Amino acid sequence: MDESTPHIRLEIVSNPVYLSGARELINAIAKRVGFNDLECSKISLAVDEALCNIIRHGYDRAPDKPIWISIWPLEMTPEHRPAGGLRLIIEDEARQVSPEQMKGRELDDIRPGGLGVHIIQEIMDDVTYEQRPEIGMRLTLVKHAPEQSEPARVSESKPERSARADRPQRESHS
Amino acid sequence: MSTQDAIKTTTPSDGVAVVSPSTDIDLSRSPDLRAALRRALDDGAKTLVVDLGDVEYMDSSGLATLVEIMRHAKSSGATMKLAALHEKVRAIFEIARLDQFFTIVPSVEDALNT
Repeated sequence: MDESTPHIRLEIVSNPVYLSGARELINAIAKRVGFNDLECSKISLAVDEALCNIIRHGYDRAPDKPIWISIWPLEMTPEHRPAGGLRLIIEDEARQVSPEQMKGRELDDIRPGGLGVHIIQEIMDDVTYEQRPEIGMRLTLVKHAPEQSEPARVSESKPERSARADRPQRESHS
Repeated sequence: MSTQDAIKTTTPSDGVAVVSPSTDIDLSRSPDLRAALRRALDDGAKTLVVDLGDVEYMDSSGLATLVEIMRHAKSSGATMKLAALHEKVRAIFEIARLDQFFTIVPSVEDALNT
């Protein structure tokens, strides 16, 4: 299998009713690669928050726009022994914003909303926002499994290559 | 079961309302929770207990709803307590550092007796 080919690729429309299905999938995969129940729930939460941001801010709640979630297991590597983990890429065709704008707000300011990016950054080990080449945004999320876990092996493919910000995972969704 | 069916409101005594959702609280469902909580306050509750014992998942839209209702409760002279949080739900309060903002108690009984 080509390393750039996702092991799982999910396409959903930007309707909040499908958030629970996406969470269930992420939760199940995270569990399979060795995360405990609480970590699985947090990873699902991070993905949920990313999808909510796309739906609310990227697509202005339009319920029929595309969102793609690509998932790779992280294999054990010399850099991250002995744990594996997950790499996820979430892509859309929403309004583009500067990646520098994607920051969590100050938590001392207690008010409804604006917590999504902070939650994502708190949960995941690596969070990278990029503009896709022509339209939409790409969010790359990496979570390494804790060292004490013994992740189940889900692939016999070559060791995971780190995500490169300048290498499109997909040239076009059309 | 619709989300509205999955949110029960009881009034164990005058001025006390217990709102008990039994579904995940996410972007698709938090509007119904907001409506149920606002209705309880509009109906005169001075003590509002949110029983989260059957909620295994909540995202930031749920948090935003609770922050909004907490402010509404304070402005109307009511108190609001969150009861029986699952570990996974408590985690998001801690990540957002809102666990100190809310009054969180172990059970509905504790909420009613304190």
